[in-house]
Amino acid sequence: MHHYTIAELMTGLRNKDFSSVELTQHYLDRIKALDCQFNSYITVSGDQALASAQQADDILTTGSSNDLCGIPIAHKDLFCTQGTLTTCGSKMLGNFVPPYNATIVENLANAGAVSLGKTNMDEFAMGSSNESSFYGASKNPWNLDCVPGGSSGGSAAAVAAQLAVATTGSDTGGSIRQPASFCGLTGLKPTYGRVSRWGMVAYASSLDQAGPIARTAEDAAIMLNAMASFDAKDSTSVDIVKPDYKTTLNDSIKGLRIGVPEEFFQDGLNNEVATLVNAALAEYEKMGATLHPISLPHTHLAIPAYYVIAPAEASANLSRFDGVRYGYRCKDPKDLMDLYKRSREEGFGNEVKRRILVGAYALSAGYYDAYYRKAQQVRRLIKQDFVDAFTQVDVIAGPVAPNPAFGIGEKSNDPVSMYLEDIYTLPTNLAGLCGISIPCGLTTDNKPVGLQLTGNYFEEARLLNAAHQFQQQTDHHTKTASINNGK
Amino acid sequence: MKHDEINALAHLARINIGDDLLDNITDNINNILGLVDQLQQADTDNVEPMSHPLDAIQRLRADEVTEGNQREQLQAVAPATEAGLFLVPQVIE
Repeated sequence: MHHYTIAELMTGLRNKDFSSVELTQHYLDRIKALDCQFNSYITVSGDQALASAQQADDILTTGSSNDLCGIPIAHKDLFCTQGTLTTCGSKMLGNFVPPYNATIVENLANAGAVSLGKTNMDEFAMGSSNESSFYGASKNPWNLDCVPGGSSGGSAAAVAAQLAVATTGSDTGGSIRQPASFCGLTGLKPTYGRVSRWGMVAYASSLDQAGPIARTAEDAAIMLNAMASFDAKDSTSVDIVKPDYKTTLNDSIKGLRIGVPEEFFQDGLNNEVATLVNAALAEYEKMGATLHPISLPHTHLAIPAYYVIAPAEASANLSRFDGVRYGYRCKDPKDLMDLYKRSREEGFGNEVKRRILVGAYALSAGYYDAYYRKAQQVRRLIKQDFVDAFTQVDVIAGPVAPNPAFGIGEKSNDPVSMYLEDIYTLPTNLAGLCGISIPCGLTTDNKPVGLQLTGNYFEEARLLNAAHQFQQQTDHHTKTASINNGK
Repeated sequence: MKHDEINALAHLARINIGDDLLDNITDNINNILGLVDQLQQADTDNVEPMSHPLDAIQRLRADEVTEGNQREQLQAVAPATEAGLFLVPQVIE
């Protein structure tokens, strides 16, 4: 049952090949038996999952149900889930049980999806490897010595190990697309404002966006249909028509103009990754798309701009964690200052501390203009590069990351070398555009590589269509990691 | 940056940085600042800073009460409360 996609499970449930309760129990059994190898879950919600599954089975018998009714998914531990521990991968929220659901959690529950639990992640979404989680690193199911990527590492590992059929993730600098790429999955970052951020613990408020990680573009479309909504409670939510993302999956892509930025294929790109990405582009040409060389001249400034803006916003967002109203509080605080300083010293990990300090610096008197304001100006230049490109092309293609999954521990002592891995995904977040990562092959040492497509504002339907068509002609997305069942 | 500057920042951010971490964090932060100094090369004359991808403005709503009082439910997760108030170490002497 765990080999099926959402689309296949939908048929199976309605044909009564199995019930949602059976399906859910099957996944819970797999998680219990196998997740010790991957550490992809922080919390498993067995009882609630089975109760939701029973409700889903009842709805399924009425003959009138949503696509996701009875489908077992999991949520990145960044999203508030009412009554269920929400840690954000941090000791700071090790005891935090939210009194409300994030909007996307509510949306997916209303669509009948069954939540199996909360997945592992880099602490407060800061990281590209899942190694900064207080709850331990997550392992890549394709190679247990390698990272699954981050910050949505647990969400990707769970789907790749078939411990959930799809998961929710968040993407601030690439945290959906990069783990999807490292784990051979389809991951979508919607346009900024497409999906509500209410109840999603904030890292960098002008960059964060929630999205699905799944095995196929069709499954991602089904997830996005449920996740996306205008939400009055999120003041950055955009009130724009939401299409049914499934209906255009099969549109022809003949004549699709694909922009290929020269800056994404320069030094630093691993040869095998380049070969696989170029082969994918050749495949698109065979399908009738046309390739157009373009330039995004400010690409090299994306890393410095991001690593000023994101930490600056993070330092503001994480100031709420002060030991007063929720979360970790140090023992026997002497006075208020001691309460703040020690709770935050003991509750936060080192990467979070680094980013808070860098952010505070960038915003501090005397440095604001040189760092934060400058980065915001550069951000507009990066956006303008894309706006100009989209007058000539429909989507922009390239690698997701310069390298395939790296070894656990390989970059954890060198933050800057970790940051350099984000080069191709950051520009999308800075510009607020949508982006998708789809599998385009395996390296000679059996590591997945992703192709990234970036779309214009609110053109998720076009991205999903282009991704789905590629998946009709190729089988990279059907490859799965071989899991040691221990038998 | 030197240790005393890092400590000043840590005070602004209300985080203790222990002595065992100070060297390492100072190095890390200096490396990061080296990385972001590349921003200075960019020609940004007459470029308007961008804080929102679509330059959106804050949506407003009618000034009406729409939320009910949920204090008990929302305070349930607090480390220390009394009579509906959050307890902290004494602030005023």
